Amino acid sequence: MTDTATNHELQSPAIRIEQRAAEWLEQRAFGRWTQSDATDLDAWLQDSVDHQVAFYRLEFSWDRTARLSALRSDPPRESKMKPRDWMGHVKLIAAAAIAALCAGGVYEYAFAPQGTTYATDIGGRKVLTLPDGSQIELNTNTSVRLAADHTGRKVWLTKGEAFFQVHHDAAHPFVVMVGDHVITDLGTKFLVRRQPDGMTVSLIEGSARVETVGPDAKAQATDLKPGDVARATHASVSVSHAQVAKLETALGWRHGVLIFHETSLAAAAAEFNRYNRQQLIVSDPAIAKLTVDGTFPASRVETFARLARDVLGLRVKNEGDQIVIAR
Amino acid sequence: MVDRLNSTRGGTDTVPKDAPTAASLAKAWFGREILPLEAALMQYLEHNWRNASDITDLRQEIYARVFSAALENIPERPKQYLFVTAKNILINRMRREQVVPIEAAADLDALEIEAEEPGPDRIVIARDELRRLQAALVRLAPRCREAVTLGRIDGLTRPEIAARMGISEISVSQYLTQGIRELADILYGQPPNVRRKP
Repeated sequence: MTDTATNHELQSPAIRIEQRAAEWLEQRAFGRWTQSDATDLDAWLQDSVDHQVAFYRLEFSWDRTARLSALRSDPPRESKMKPRDWMGHVKLIAAAAIAALCAGGVYEYAFAPQGTTYATDIGGRKVLTLPDGSQIELNTNTSVRLAADHTGRKVWLTKGEAFFQVHHDAAHPFVVMVGDHVITDLGTKFLVRRQPDGMTVSLIEGSARVETVGPDAKAQATDLKPGDVARATHASVSVSHAQVAKLETALGWRHGVLIFHETSLAAAAAEFNRYNRQQLIVSDPAIAKLTVDGTFPASRVETFARLARDVLGLRVKNEGDQIVIAR
Repeated sequence: MVDRLNSTRGGTDTVPKDAPTAASLAKAWFGREILPLEAALMQYLEHNWRNASDITDLRQEIYARVFSAALENIPERPKQYLFVTAKNILINRMRREQVVPIEAAADLDALEIEAEEPGPDRIVIARDELRRLQAALVRLAPRCREAVTLGRIDGLTRPEIAARMGISEISVSQYLTQGIRELADILYGQPPNVRRKP
């Protein structure tokens, strides 16, 4: 840092004001920006014309630099990690790695040996116990394939979500393949969910490593520690961190329940829809943002709809295979 | 499903545009008319004031004065208004400090405002602007430039930038803050050194 950004006391009033103005701007552009921040900034601006001109000058200049985004070479990436429904409050702490641009499915298919496939239907759940005592618990609408080799410690998650409790064996690392991503365990409990554009790994216990493979892979490996949630797409791996206790709520399904904590109605509906053929439809953006708390049996979609009606005061219309929630 | 989404109401509420207030008009005027003159103003101040460490304070005082005036009534001739204000403020300072460098006084007396016509700084062609922004980026301190590039061009968040650069989020904030300040100095305070190729 240069002197201008530190040693505030030694600086002229104008430089101190400019520094403060820049901090406001940085916070607004890159930090969490709440209504109360906006109010505070407004109050600061109203304090004096000096504050206003300093802030506006930086703001005009910064706005000009928006045009620099035209230089972006890649297609716009997911800059803000879309919080997975059950992780809505996970705070991002880190991110990493340019990953391979590899058509995941193709690569995976080409390299996957024949093995045994296990699958669950919508709403289903299944526990597999491997010869070494490791367990794989399949969530709704999930499919895994086990390698046919002698160790049996390689698994392809081809669809859905599974929870792994792995016995550590340094000689035979346990490997989970998800598209073009590889998870290598080092004695671990972790949850993996496959998504259309990649996967999410939540590490509950132990440690694990996430890598991206494929013809063009140049990514470095990302090591996870308990509480880490890695979101990997073809283009990137980003890691956020949550309390392990909070991650446990993502495992409610192992007991047949969905646990919501300040979850948006839209996210809660999407979660139910993974477990049930009867789909909840929340298409009004105004109500999609309402939040719900509580623990619900994953199969009791009607219980949830009733709650939306009675507690949130919404209209609920049962249309056979759909339940529409509206204002 | 898609039909349903399309047929829902209430999704496109937009905040009604505020009617322009004195404050918003003054702000827009300040950005449009005054800031592009900053390079000339800085040159003027540097030429007429010996103590370089006062320049930022002087600029701030001049801007505050000009902006306050604009809140009352938008000056019709911004360039003249800016430089006359600058001159008055310099004269006041000189009196206060009882130091009147002879050459400065001479210059101040000779101050003549050029005709109000859009200078090269004010006719900005989009392509030039991008080139100028790039040049400004290059002039940032390296770490600062890296943070601003990741944040502004690649659109990364603060935690993502921290991970990329292998530094704390607080350091990222500091680099970005510094970058925001330096960019303003380069974009407004320094004469453009990138010109359109003939």
